[in-house]
This record gives sequence, structure tokens and C-alpha cells, in this order.
Amino acid sequence: MTAPQEPGSNPRRAFIAAAGAGVAGLGFTAIAPGLHLMAVGQADAAEVRKAGSAASPAVRWGLLIDAGKCAPGCTKCVDACHTENGVSEKLPDPRQNSQWIRKIELVDRRDGRKTELPMMCQHCANPPCVDVCPTGASMKRADGIVLVDRHTCIGCRYCMMACPYKARSLVHVPLTEQNPEVPRGQGCVESCTLCVHRVDRGQTPACVESCPEGAMLFGDLNDPSSAIAKRIASVPTTQVRSDLRLNQGVRYQGL
Amino acid sequence: MMLNPRHEEGFFYLLAAIGGLVSAVGIGAALYMEHSGHVVTGMNNQIVWGLPHVVAIFLIVAASGVLNVASMGSVFGRKLYKPRAPLSGLLALAMISGGLAVIMLDLGRADRIIVAATHFNPTSVFGWNVILYPVFYGVVAVYLWTMMERRMHPWMKVAGFATFIWRIVLTTGTGSIFAFLVARQAYGTALLAPMFIIMSFCWGLAVFLVVQSTMYAWNGLTLPPLVLQRMKNLLATFVAAVLYFTIVLHLVNAYFAKNIAFEYFILFDSEFAGMFWIGQILIGTLLPLALLFNPATAAKSLWVNVAALLVIVGAYFQLYVFIIGGQAFPLDMFPGYDVKSTFMDGMVDHYSASLPELLLALGGIGIAFTMTTIGVRILHFLPQDDFAEIEAATSATD
Repeated sequence: MTAPQEPGSNPRRAFIAAAGAGVAGLGFTAIAPGLHLMAVGQADAAEVRKAGSAASPAVRWGLLIDAGKCAPGCTKCVDACHTENGVSEKLPDPRQNSQWIRKIELVDRRDGRKTELPMMCQHCANPPCVDVCPTGASMKRADGIVLVDRHTCIGCRYCMMACPYKARSLVHVPLTEQNPEVPRGQGCVESCTLCVHRVDRGQTPACVESCPEGAMLFGDLNDPSSAIAKRIASVPTTQVRSDLRLNQGVRYQGL
Repeated sequence: MMLNPRHEEGFFYLLAAIGGLVSAVGIGAALYMEHSGHVVTGMNNQIVWGLPHVVAIFLIVAASGVLNVASMGSVFGRKLYKPRAPLSGLLALAMISGGLAVIMLDLGRADRIIVAATHFNPTSVFGWNVILYPVFYGVVAVYLWTMMERRMHPWMKVAGFATFIWRIVLTTGTGSIFAFLVARQAYGTALLAPMFIIMSFCWGLAVFLVVQSTMYAWNGLTLPPLVLQRMKNLLATFVAAVLYFTIVLHLVNAYFAKNIAFEYFILFDSEFAGMFWIGQILIGTLLPLALLFNPATAAKSLWVNVAALLVIVGAYFQLYVFIIGGQAFPLDMFPGYDVKSTFMDGMVDHYSASLPELLLALGGIGIAFTMTTIGVRILHFLPQDDFAEIEAATSATD
């Protein structure tokens, strides 16, 4: 499950390469000890994107989630996400509810060690959902955020079949009282947008902001000076189902 | 025994009315689903494709397979199959219409079907199918035209060959829907494309045999023994070939350490295991093979038709196990960990179809049935065999 070492993970080589190349996963070898990840995340928040301007391909937004800090039983990130995005329907069959983000409990079969982590769209660089979408409604924005165009999604659910993370949901019922910034619709597929509406305003995703443990770090994976890139360069991180080589924007540490 | 002409006409209208009613109820169920949302179905965010997809994929796969009968005549020059080509073309159009109707009506946004036609993603197998299916209609229609219009006869072989190539491409596309899925253990293998082709040969021929026998019985005729023998041998070959692919698929999967848990689940430790062994293997494979090879039953039209019907029943079991079973098994995101969540992570899911989706699925069969019933009535597609010619050709090739 552990991701293969990325080229340049040698600290010295990483330092030199990061200084010049600015490639995701390369960077400085250390982060200031004791620095609060959430604070870093906020400091690392996006530049405000002007209305009408395109997302920049120079940026790759991503998340680093420290499973070691994720508090057992805490669902603040889930609650914040669903509040922010107006995901409020509670259906009799919970499997039909939309789950933009969920907490997963892991128990290591070898030693019984328990870990919890939030799971959501992994914002892959090579997203299977985008490949399989017949209409192109599933798309990857230039800055790496994977989205669904609610105007062209026909609700075929092929992307849900293709997603290795079960990160996508079909809206099973007619909706009312939506958040105007986050349009949703019956019969369309949806998933975590990385709070793109907040990111475009220069804010961090709601889940990151809500985490009391500072377990989630948001930032630009392409910027070697960003906290997330530095952190990924300095600690072992994991891409879930790295065997698929999807190059996810969401990484985990502490697994 | 041939029906009295007056009774016969009444019986035809009754059948057409039943088919039309089933189709209308199916469309009504789809409208209800469209109005209420998929909350009224048994499908959910774990098992996202359900019974409608099982039935639709059967109809689509069998639709291309039934054309094999025509191809045997026009492409491979088998005279026995030539008089059967028009019926084969009609059945292909009828079944693909039923299958596509179910797929389209099950969409979360069925009202946006025009979007599927105007927005094309070249990397999507579904996207390819948006092209494959309409062209299939076109080539089969042209092929039928070359058969039915005397002046077009010279083009019949070319049209037949084009149809044969296209139906192979089409079924490759259908199998590839699953072959291109990397996420789940049940899918994601190139074997599925050729396997779907051989499944289509088998299921299409089974459907053809049943329809052909019904038409002969309707007209007070018995299927000539030579025709029966040839076609039942072909069916047996296809059934055995599907079994071969099934064995290879599971054998290879079971060797891969990452897939062992899934194979154990689907073959031995789930509600799908019984469907696999009893439904697909016993009912859909071994019993038909026994009926088709046992001299006591193989020469009788009744038992050959029973075998064909069992193949069709087995096909539904096979697709149910493949499509529903493949989704019911949890995604293996964290090997070496026990996993749980609010969203069925690490847990086997259970699916039971609701009434609306059952009616929608039956509606697809109703559409195929109605089109076939009316088509054979209007177009007089009962095969007209010239046995002197067939026997001469057969002895020449034998």
C-alpha cells in the first residue's frame, strides 16, 4: 500500500531538485517542529481566482491527511463538508445517501493497531472517472481538482463503477434548499469538489478548516515551497491504491 | 397443429397487446423512477447498477449474437443459415432496442439523453457505444434491405460482412465496459471482450432457436431434423466455449493473491455462489449440454428448445453474478486491514430489486418481444428452406 518512493526522495537531491524544478513530491527535508498543520494550511490557502479567469495548470491542489492525528470517533470534517455543500438528505437506506467524505476505521490485522482517516475523492491526476464518463461531465480542472459538470452528467454511474475509492454518489432524491454556491441535482453524480468555491475565493476546504487536530493540510503540490510539498518531501506518505498509479492529489501519512 | 386463421389472428393481437402492455408498464416504471429519483430502486451508491442493467446487457449481448445466424450464411457461406438471416436481423434490432431502452430509461437523467449524443468523450467505452449502437442499427437495416430487395442482392455479401465485423466490434465494446474498470476485482481483464463475444454467440443462438421453433409451431410446421441437428450442435459448441472462458477467467483470477478473497466470495461464500453453481453452471451449462448431446433428447425439437431456454435462464444468472456480485464485494482499498465505515466499507452489500426496476427490466423484454411479434407477422420472415440444395451443399462440404 505504501507508495513507491518518488524520484528524488534522497534529501539532498530533493533539495536541489525542488529548488529548480518545482515538481510535486519534491521539497525540503524538514518542517518547523511543532508547527500546527491547520495554521499552515490556512496560510497556504489559494490565491483568489478572478471571475472569468481560468484555473492555472501551474497549480496542483492537494491534501495531506495525517491519520495519526485523526481523532477516533470525530466526524467534524464530515459534518463541516456536508454543511458547507448542503448535503443534508437522510434517506431510509443510508447507502443511498450522498457521501462526499466519510470516516474509515482501520484495524491492522498484524498487530490490531487502530487508525481512522477521512476518505473522499482523491483528485487523481489520472482519474478513471474522467476516462469513463461518456459525456465528459466528469472532468479534471487545470489545477487538478476533479469535478462533475452538473449540466452534462446523465446519471449513468459509470464513474461510480470506475472509482477505486467509492468516492462518488448518485443523488437519489429530488433536492431542495441547496447551497447556491454548490449546485446539486437529482439523478446526477457528485463527489468532493475540494470545496472549489472556497478555494477560488482563497480559502481552504471546509474539512481542513474544521479539523480540531490539524490533521489535514491543504496546498499546492506543485509549489516546492508550500507546506504540503515540504511535508510530503519530509515524511513517508501513502497514496491509497498506489498500485493503480493514479497519482492522487490526496495523500496520507501515518498509515 | 396449425391454428384456425381467425383464432390465429386473434392470438397475434393478444400477443402484441401483452407485449405492448409490458412495454408500457416498463416505461411507466421508468417515469416513476425519473419523478421520484433512484430512491425507489434497490440500487444504491455501492451497487450502482442493478437488475435493469442485467436485463439490458443480456438483450444487447444476445442482439449482436443472434446476428451470428445471418453471418453463418452470408460470411461463411453456410446455405442452411441463409434463409434464417432475415429473422436473425429482425431479432437483433428488436433485442438491441429493448436493451438500449432499459439502459437509457434507467439513467439518473434520462431526459438528457441528447447530451450523450452531443457530448463525446473518446476515452469512454460508454462513449464508444454511443457510436457503436446507432451504426449497428444502420448496418443491420442495410443488411436487411439487401436481403429483402431483389435489386440489392448483389450487395448482400458485402453488407453481411460489414454487419459481422460491426457486431464483433460492438460486443467487444460491451465487454470492454467492464474490462476497462480498474477499481473492482471482478472486472478489469481483457478476457472479458472475447468472452462477451462468445457469450453473445451462445445466447443469441439460444434466443434464435426458441423464436424459430415458436414460429414453426405457429405455422403448424416442425423444424426439419437437419436444421435442428446443425443448430443444436452449434449451440452446444457455444455453451462449451462459454464454460471454457468461465473456467479460465476464474482460474486466472484465483491465482492472483489480490483476487483470492473475491474468488472465494463469488464461488463459495455468498448468495452469488448458489447462483453461479446452480444457475449458471448447472441450469445454464451442464443441463443444456446433457440435453444437446444425449441422443435420446438431442434429436427432439422440444428438448433442444428446453436446452436453449435453459441457456437463456443461465445467462441471466451469469450476468447477475457478474454484475451484482462484482459490486457487492467491498473495494479492497487497504490490504492487510479490517475496514469499516458508515458507507459499507469492508462489508459485503446486499441488493434486491424493487418493483419499479423489475418492471423497467421486463419492459425492455416487452419491447423486444413486441417488435419481434409484429415484425415476423408483417415481414413473413419464416425461414424457407430448400432442402435439396442444403443437402447437396452439406454432402459437398462434409
